[in-house]
Amino acid sequence: MIEPSITRDSADGHFLQIKSIVKTYDDVVAVNDVSLDIAKGDIFALLGASGSGKSTLLRMLAGFETPNSGQIILDGEDIVSLEPYRRPINMMFQSYALFPHMTVEQNIAYGLKQDRMPKKMIADKVVQMLRLVHMEKFAKRKPEQLSGGQRQRVALARSLAKSPKLLLLDEPMGALDKKLRTRMQLEVVDILESVGVTCVMVTHDQEEAMTMANRIAIMEEGRIVQAGTPRDIYEAPNSLQAAEFIGSMNLFHGEICVDAEDHAVIDSQECANKLYVSYGVTTALDDKQVVFAVRPEKTMISREQPDSEYNWCRGMVHDIAYLGGHSIYHIRLDNGKILNSFMVNSDRFADAPTWEEQVYVYWSDDSGLVLRP
Amino acid sequence: MNKLFERFKPGSEHGKKWVIALPTLWLVLFFALPFLIVLKIAFAEAEIAIPPYSALLSMADQAFDLHVYFGNFIFLTEDDLYLAAYLNSLKMAAISTFFCLLIGYPMAYYIARAKQTTQSILLLLILLPSWTSFLIRIYAWIGILKSNGVLNNVLLWTGVINEPLAILNTNVAVYIGIVYAYLPFMVLPLYANLVKHDHSFIEASQDLGARRLQSFWHITFPLSRNGIVAGSMLVFIPVVGEYVIPELLGGTNSIVIGKVLWQEFFNNRDWPLASSLALIMLLLLMVPIHFFRKHQEKEWEGNQ
Repeated sequence: MIEPSITRDSADGHFLQIKSIVKTYDDVVAVNDVSLDIAKGDIFALLGASGSGKSTLLRMLAGFETPNSGQIILDGEDIVSLEPYRRPINMMFQSYALFPHMTVEQNIAYGLKQDRMPKKMIADKVVQMLRLVHMEKFAKRKPEQLSGGQRQRVALARSLAKSPKLLLLDEPMGALDKKLRTRMQLEVVDILESVGVTCVMVTHDQEEAMTMANRIAIMEEGRIVQAGTPRDIYEAPNSLQAAEFIGSMNLFHGEICVDAEDHAVIDSQECANKLYVSYGVTTALDDKQVVFAVRPEKTMISREQPDSEYNWCRGMVHDIAYLGGHSIYHIRLDNGKILNSFMVNSDRFADAPTWEEQVYVYWSDDSGLVLRP
Repeated sequence: MNKLFERFKPGSEHGKKWVIALPTLWLVLFFALPFLIVLKIAFAEAEIAIPPYSALLSMADQAFDLHVYFGNFIFLTEDDLYLAAYLNSLKMAAISTFFCLLIGYPMAYYIARAKQTTQSILLLLILLPSWTSFLIRIYAWIGILKSNGVLNNVLLWTGVINEPLAILNTNVAVYIGIVYAYLPFMVLPLYANLVKHDHSFIEASQDLGARRLQSFWHITFPLSRNGIVAGSMLVFIPVVGEYVIPELLGGTNSIVIGKVLWQEFFNNRDWPLASSLALIMLLLLMVPIHFFRKHQEKEWEGNQ
């Protein structure tokens, strides 16, 4: 039913294994028993708010922090005790950390020089890297003479120059303005895919994670909430936390009144009609409290009352945010609850519902989800 | 500099003019005027009179006489003593600067890497000695270095030496005194530079395969160049003219320009010769001062 959003070779699911990593600072648990499997060639995003432990986890991969317990196995080798300079891992820093006293060329050559590669080979590799990031013309410039986007390309080239087994990106777009960000996201992914490097990135921006990564792990308070493809996480969040972290959700608290093998019906105080989900929800008798969730873009607005028994409610248009491609309607239900609904503006001058108009919000039987509160 | 003037040019707010008026007045009173007086005396002849030099302008026979005497400068080139004193001062300043850097760099590095609270304590310890009089601290070194002083007694007592070392009244004592006295001037600018370093540069260096020592030489050291230049100039420039330390700790054979100046001025009462000596020292110091200023400008630009 759910196909991967980016087709990639994910045959080897155990290229990078993070096993039960725990990291505490004094009394604060920064990373709490995290385990992840990352396949070769994956672009894996750790998504979370600040303080969720995602950066600490990345720094442990780089070797700047040592976990209290757990293993990090890269290509069959446990690297936890290796010094950063011995790890076949390179990182692109959030601030890029380009050496200000060196030219673009010297920055890219720095890692290769540490490996005592012959001069001729270094020069060739530098040219190759400059070409990869389209920065041939800027080889002799100092970092301060470059724009933000150019610096990022140099930083990327520098971290890829040693052909690392694993590339780490720390908030890769954090230092760029919004417009440049969208362009660079796709460009960086193109470069990473052309090199075929396995990559772990850290970001707080869900759009960035979904654009760039083929797998995402949501982190909160040092734990992994959910890991999966962007589509998995968006369409099938496993918890309320995951659902609320990515995108927005309309939520109805209620309890299960029909629990069949292929469907379930939920009775909620917050919706006048019963809520229907097209899959079975196994519940214990004493655990009937659930949350019914439906994404705004899966709901529709109509002036006529739907003839279905389930999945609709009546309300007033409270507010409309016109965003060009689509509009977000805030519908106030009779009980005061606000629902969000997206409407695609496919007609230029459609007769769309307007402020204070009475409308019906409805959705199809297979749009809803049942989550545990 | 031009930009600075532009900012304060007439037509801008009045307050700005006043802001710049005070330092200008200060410089005119305490730098330009004394300098002009020294310049005037340098081109006069020594006389046994009060003041002990000939007048630049005199009124006689209904005419102004302008009396400019170059003899002092010619005399300086004729006697080797003066050239030797200049060279010795420059050499002493260079060697002292080198040792200040050698000792001061690790200190500054350590302070800059310490915890925030430790940093302020360590900086206080660097500055604390300068709260007592400079002269007293140099006298204290006499007590330490003399043949029956603290250092020799300790070394004799521990059996490291059998005979007291003759340190006082040698060049070694002068170097010890200068390095001791000028160390804070090296440590503070270096610290100010090192503490600003972004730690991610070192992490990036390690990430790219460099060990700690390599990271230091490839990244930290070149990035601290401006601090090294600033500290070195702050030590080198005053040490060239240093008088007190060679006088108190040095022997009769440590001829430095500061001491020669003193002798010409007070012992020989030859004010014009002393003035021309001072003038040439100033010209010599223009080179490092210019170098220092250029570097400071670069650092400013870098910070913007």
